[in-house]
Amino acid sequence: MENIAPQLIKVTIDGKEVQVPAGTSILEAARMIGPEVAPPAMCYYKPLKGTGGKCRACLVKVTAGSEKDPRPMPKLVASCITQAQDGMKVENYSSPEVIEARKGVVEFLLINHPLDCPVCDQAGECHLQDFSFEHGTGGTRFEEDRRTFEREDIGDKIQLHMNRCILCYRCVYTADQITNKRVHGVMNRGDHSEISTYISNAIDNDFSGNMIDVCPVGALTDKTYRFKNRVWFSKPVDAHCDCEKCSGKVTLWYRGEEVIRVTARKNQWGEVEEFICNTCRYDRKKTSDWTIEGPMKVARHSVISANKYSNKLVEKPSFALKYAAQNYKEVDDDRPYDKNLSEIKKSEDYKALMAKNEEFFSK
Amino acid sequence: MANTKKILLEHINVPGIETYEVYRQKGGYTGVEKALKKLTPDEVVEEVKKSGVRGRGGAGFPMGMKWSFLAKPEGVPRYLVCNADESEPGTFKDHYLMKCLPHLLIEGMIISSYALGANKSFIYVRGELMYVIRILEKAIEEAKAAGFLGKNILGTGYDLELVVQPGGGAYICGEETALLESLEGKRGNPRNKPPFPAVKGLYQCPTVVNNVESIATVSWIVNNGGEEYAKIGVGRSTGTKLISASGHIRKPGVYEIELGLPVDEFLNSDEYCGGIRDGHHLKAVVAGGSSVPILPAHLFMKTANGEGRLMSYESLSEGGFATGTMLGSGGFIAMDETTCIVRNTWNFSRFYHHESCGQCSPCREGTGWMEKVLHRIEHGHGNMRDIDLLVDVAKKIEGNTICPLGDAAAWPIASAIRHFRDEFEWHVTNPGAASKPGAVYQHLNEMSV
Ligand SMILES: Cc1cc2nc3c(=O)[nH]c(=O)nc-3n(C[C@H](O)[C@H](O)[C@H](O)COP(=O)(O)O)c2cc1C
Ligand code: SF4
Ligand code: SF4
Ligand code: FES
Repeated sequence: MENIAPQLIKVTIDGKEVQVPAGTSILEAARMIGPEVAPPAMCYYKPLKGTGGKCRACLVKVTAGSEKDPRPMPKLVASCITQAQDGMKVENYSSPEVIEARKGVVEFLLINHPLDCPVCDQAGECHLQDFSFEHGTGGTRFEEDRRTFEREDIGDKIQLHMNRCILCYRCVYTADQITNKRVHGVMNRGDHSEISTYISNAIDNDFSGNMIDVCPVGALTDKTYRFKNRVWFSKPVDAHCDCEKCSGKVTLWYRGEEVIRVTARKNQWGEVEEFICNTCRYDRKKTSDWTIEGPMKVARHSVISANKYSNKLVEKPSFALKYAAQNYKEVDDDRPYDKNLSEIKKSEDYKALMAKNEEFFSK
Repeated sequence: MANTKKILLEHINVPGIETYEVYRQKGGYTGVEKALKKLTPDEVVEEVKKSGVRGRGGAGFPMGMKWSFLAKPEGVPRYLVCNADESEPGTFKDHYLMKCLPHLLIEGMIISSYALGANKSFIYVRGELMYVIRILEKAIEEAKAAGFLGKNILGTGYDLELVVQPGGGAYICGEETALLESLEGKRGNPRNKPPFPAVKGLYQCPTVVNNVESIATVSWIVNNGGEEYAKIGVGRSTGTKLISASGHIRKPGVYEIELGLPVDEFLNSDEYCGGIRDGHHLKAVVAGGSSVPILPAHLFMKTANGEGRLMSYESLSEGGFATGTMLGSGGFIAMDETTCIVRNTWNFSRFYHHESCGQCSPCREGTGWMEKVLHRIEHGHGNMRDIDLLVDVAKKIEGNTICPLGDAAAWPIASAIRHFRDEFEWHVTNPGAASKPGAVYQHLNEMSV
């Protein structure tokens, strides 16, 4: 009988070997090994065709191209769009060059980011927070003005905070691929590009709410949930219902007895595999609308899992955390606020400032 | 090498050469006749391969090799696209060529399309050049009336339709995959590679993208043979090249040079640039368009080993990026001692900031950051830390982006700091003087040429 199984190839990532079907990307191969070698991904989204290549968070070093041609690749490559080859050797967390480049990517993504996590709905489930915690540095070297945009309502259920957007294009691909008509896209160029609808068109179709879930940051937020809660105070529960439009498989977010939000389910990599309709998302907010399956399995290291379920459920990517800890100490900046506070307190400038303060308040 | 052979611009001064009649009288379209009647498509490809001609759009990739990589699956159309989006600061040769010799490009397009088996080919012209688009369209009409375009050309059974497309108004649309996106009517974002256009290009079909000047050489190669072409030039830099000369020279303009011409002769002889304007001397040169590293005069005239440089791909890149540069698209910008390198670098960075498509984070955010820092330094608000910051940001962009625009934005800044660091430092230490209009730092041990 003919062998119809796809041809398997062997890839080594950070010293760990894995067999994957030919045509698999390096990133997918790394995910098969496990979270300890999986590169971060800010734009790639497996369920959406054509995503990837944009954010450069997933850069890796290929030290041997393939069995046949074992030369290293001259540049770092985006692992989400580069196909693995038989005999390929890849360095990810084990390459200082990669760690350095990712530090750069974090910095680039943050220089124009408002850093308003304290008032952002996404905080606690934000991939940019995770990414900068794992790969960024403590300080910034950016002293210029940030570029800013006005907040914008796109439809009655979604608000766009363009300032927070990292232009991953995921929402654009979502609208292209799961809704029947895309009315929003990217306008302008360079760091003035913005997600927008043409002439303030409203986005209204049955699946538009999924754009909120695919957005890695807090740029697209659910207006029915805005400012209601911090995610770590809510309890996520998997539930389903008989829905004529979608699979009906969702996560309910409870605070006390109240369902405050409904989202699609995300897998270990933060990706939605089964998109849900707007009726499930916005209009079914009573427990009686749903059949409860049980607590959501939180597989990412996340504040959502804190103090809620047993630690065993959480597979921590120890590799990533280890490197994050190392990077965190390596602050290559010489401005005073990065120095020891006690040292600063000894300085003349500090004393003068304090004296001025006292003078001011005593009046 | 006075009066070197002119291949492209031989008849440039003939009155009426932009019309079909005059062009034909001067031997035009004999290349089409020869290719279509006497040669098979593969034989044309073979001649182009033998000629060793390299892509004139910037990267210098051998054209024959590119053509032979074109995938040829059954039943799938193939396309030839001419890249006439020319928007690189300092480069204006394609504009000149199309304006004055439209039929030379069209003849090249017909032969190249025949060689690649394309029945519909496109010329994607920079959108700002509407009048050139009209010239080309008129020339296409003339060629069609004479039977060189359309159905069953010269009775050989070969069909070709030529379409002129106005560009989307962005520098990035000159990057070949962004150009294809734009041609398909989409936003001009470069594509992830692979797949390369030779496999999946326009409408996901195999496509060759070539520069105007590259395509314009094809008719000479077919008429005279690839081997004859390879005799011109030096080493792997065969043939002639159009150079767009600008800056502080006596005679700015477009010149056709034989590759391998000594830079000294190009800069100083009356046949070409005619030397630096009176009373001034050369300070720095951007040899191949704004994207290539800038060189100080002494490193431009002679390599680090003291050999005189030649206008060729190899000679200009001698010494790597440490002491060399690139021929690029041939945008030659000479600057005399009145030029402030910091201001010039800021100006270039402003261009790349404005033109980044914004897809990938290092280029989108990095170009804006570098421009803001350079703006500060130039206007007297910089500090020493900023200079290293620029080098580091440039390094983090370079090589980490989807398309080479990221590199092109990083190189001019990295090279300016590499060779003119003292000038940046002077701006930091003398903010008052440096931020005055027209202020220029005078190098102490400057090499005057
Ligand atoms: C940002 C960017 C802009 C470019 N602009 C042009 C251009 O205006 N004209 C051009 O011929 N090539 C341009 N190129 C090079 C093209 O991508 C491509 O290499 C070229 O058209 C191939 O033609 P050739 O092999 O004949 O040189 C550009 C490349 C980049 C990265
Ligand atoms: S709005 Fe969100 S999903 Fe859309 S491009 Fe911006 S960050 Fe990505
Ligand atoms: S390098 Fe710049 S221009 Fe090229 S794809 Fe990335 S953002 Fe766009
Ligand atoms: S995840 Fe690969 S580039 Fe964004």
